[in-house]
This record gives sequence, structure tokens and C-alpha cells, in this order.
Amino acid sequence: MWDRNQMAARAALELQDGWYVNLGIGIPTLVSNYIPEGVEVTLQSENGMLGMGPFPIEGTEDADLINAGKQTITELPQTAYFDSAMSFGMIRGGKIAMAILGAMEVAENGDLANWMIPGKLVKGMGGAMDLVAGVGRVVVVMDHTNKHGDSKVLKECTLPLTGKAVVDRIITNLGVLDVVEGGLKIVECADGVTEEELRAATLATIV
Amino acid sequence: MKKIYGSAAEALDGVLHDGMLIAAGGFGLCGIPELLLSAIRDAGTKDLTFASNNAGVDDFGIGILLQTKQVKKMISSYVGENKEFMRQYLGGELELEFNPQGTLAERMRAGGAGIPGFYTKTGVGTVIAEGKEHKDFNGETYIMEEGIFADLAIVKAWKADATGNLVFRKTARNFNPPAAMCGKICIVEVEEIVPTGSLDPDTIHLPGIYVHRIVQGEHEKRIEQRTVRSA
Repeated sequence: MWDRNQMAARAALELQDGWYVNLGIGIPTLVSNYIPEGVEVTLQSENGMLGMGPFPIEGTEDADLINAGKQTITELPQTAYFDSAMSFGMIRGGKIAMAILGAMEVAENGDLANWMIPGKLVKGMGGAMDLVAGVGRVVVVMDHTNKHGDSKVLKECTLPLTGKAVVDRIITNLGVLDVVEGGLKIVECADGVTEEELRAATLATIV
Repeated sequence: MKKIYGSAAEALDGVLHDGMLIAAGGFGLCGIPELLLSAIRDAGTKDLTFASNNAGVDDFGIGILLQTKQVKKMISSYVGENKEFMRQYLGGELELEFNPQGTLAERMRAGGAGIPGFYTKTGVGTVIAEGKEHKDFNGETYIMEEGIFADLAIVKAWKADATGNLVFRKTARNFNPPAAMCGKICIVEVEEIVPTGSLDPDTIHLPGIYVHRIVQGEHEKRIEQRTVRSA
């Protein structure tokens, strides 16, 4: 089974040289620690920045320089800033090659739910609906099951959707699955996980 | 034609009225028009609708207008940082219209560009699409979203010249240009007013045609999530 960092490292293998990518909050943020040697990617922050750098050294934080999670960050030599309309123009316009984001549920047709639980605190979708509708490829990184042990990889989502048929690949602590015609296809199993165990933890149809 | 005003209160004089729609710039607490929000609180204008990506925190940003119950409705993409907001929303005292972040930005841009509606793929198949016109283009389904035409835009820039040409700084630009564009009247607060002619015309982010009133002041510029790495 993979831990958070191993899931992030596996997700980093999805990156291709020259790509512009958007990383969500949580495990997806860790992906930037594992970008393979020789692969140059430019990170987009949807509040208006391409070329997002690491967190600042203490004492150099700048209130005018934050990421989409509202954390202080730094710029790089290739950094460019722009307004929110242009930022989502490049997202909606398909210029961002890939988004890696977390999820509450994914269904076998690629439906994604990651923004609201009815009856609980509703915070909002932020930029998630725009990202999954607009970017070239959507990769979900999440635990395979919730804290009650129930599968998050389902035949149909039970929660309100963020996007319909938008997910291309799912990376979990148990392995990697692709959304294909008729259901999900196992791409690989995590270290120490058998295909039987992966199937048993998955409610979605595996083809 | 004089655009520079001595204070945020003076800049808002004669502009505010109960029930108005205000577009506000800012992302989280970054690049928010903090001086103008304080002045609106002091003015006591009521039943306001804000088109703003976020609702501030309890004691900063739009949050200060929630404490005084001056806000009737928020049009936002994310409101998770504000407990008073949640209390009023769950208590039925406050209306909330969730917009996907890019849809909100484009609604402002479109309003400012004279475009009353546009089609987007964002939100198709979700609750956001309910009740909206659907239309197919080249085999893909889109929904119609409407431009925002605000009574007033309040924004924050880094520098302005006396004619209202604006320069923003780093990610504090965010929603400020589209918000500015969609207001019938736009008031900007800046850290510095510089002499006209001192800004390189090629580096102006928003031309003064969108800006009607300017006020300069001291900004707190609060940081929401201070994150650092070791040297």
C-alpha cells in the first residue's frame, strides 16, 4: 500500500516535459516534490500565476504573493502574473495540460464529486468545476476508501458532482485505475497490494 | 476631471444606496479593497449584494460587513474561511449564490465588455447547471451564464496615476481587473498615486477608462496562511 508521499510520487510520473499543470490542495500539492529529473513543468495557480515557486524562507513572506490555497509562496525566473478572467480563460480554453486533484468520490464513468456534502458545512467549489471541465487531462489522487472503510471508487457518485465524465485516471493508496469504455481498467497495483485486494476495495465495474 | 479623493469615505460619497450590487476584487484576503470596505461599513449601507470570490474572514474583508448585517446576498465561489458567514447562511439571514470561480470571473469580464451572456462547459451535469439554458456546439453541451453589471466596483491596485491607469502587484491582481470592468462606477484604492506620465504605458494592467475615483491609503495586507520553508 502507498502512503501519501508514495501516491504523490506515483502521480508525478504522469507529468510530461513542457506541460503546464495545476495541482490541487492536499496530496496533489506534494506532487511538486517528486517531479522527475529532466521533466520541466510549469505550475499554474488559478488565482493568477504561472511558474509557482516553493514556500518562502521565513521573513520573506509577501502578502501579495499567495497560491490558490491562500498560502504564501515565491516566484521563479519564468513566473507570469495575470488576472482571474485570463487565468480561467487558459483553464477553460484547454491550455492547461493536466490537473491533479483530490476527490470524495469517483464513478466508473469518470464522474467526480469533491466539493460538497449535503447537510454539512458547504464551503464552495472554488475553481474545481472550471478545472475539471477545461483541462486536457484530469488525474484524481485520493485514498481508495473513506475513514469508515467504504469504497470511494463507485458505480455512481452519491454526492453532488463537480463534473460529469471528467476523470481520466485515479491514483489511490491501492493502485492506479483508468476510466475506459464500460468501467475502470487496472493499470497497476500499489506495492504489496494484489489485484484481488484492489478489486475487493472497488465498487465500480472493473473491465 | 479630478479622480483623486482624499479618503475612502469621500470617494464613496453619493455613490452608495441600499440594495445595490457591488463587485469587489480580491482573492482570499489578497488584493482586497480593505479601505473601501471599512468605509462602506461606516456608511451603514444595507441589503448589499456582493459579487466577490470570497467573503473575507470574520474580522477582515467583507467579513466586517457581515458582522454589521449589511450584506443580503453573496455571489461567490468559496466562503469556507468565515464562521459568521456560515452562521448567518445556515440561519437563513443571508442568501448565497455559488458560482464556479472561472464562471464568476468571466461573468464580471463579460459584463464589463458589454456581453450579457455566454456559454461555458463549466458546471454541465452539476447543480450549477439546473435551470440554465443548455446548448450544443460541435457535439458538446454548454450552459449559458450571464454577465454581471454591477452598480459599483471596489478594487485594490498597487499604483495609479492621476488618470486612473492601474498597475497591480503579483497575485494581488486576481479578480480586481474583471471586477473593475463590470462596475457602472469603479472606485480604486491604491498604495501609491504616482505622477501621470511616470508609468510606462506598455506596463499598465488596466487603463484609466475603467476607473472613476481613486483613493490612496495605508493597507494592512493581512496574510491568511503564512507558510515558510527553512533556509
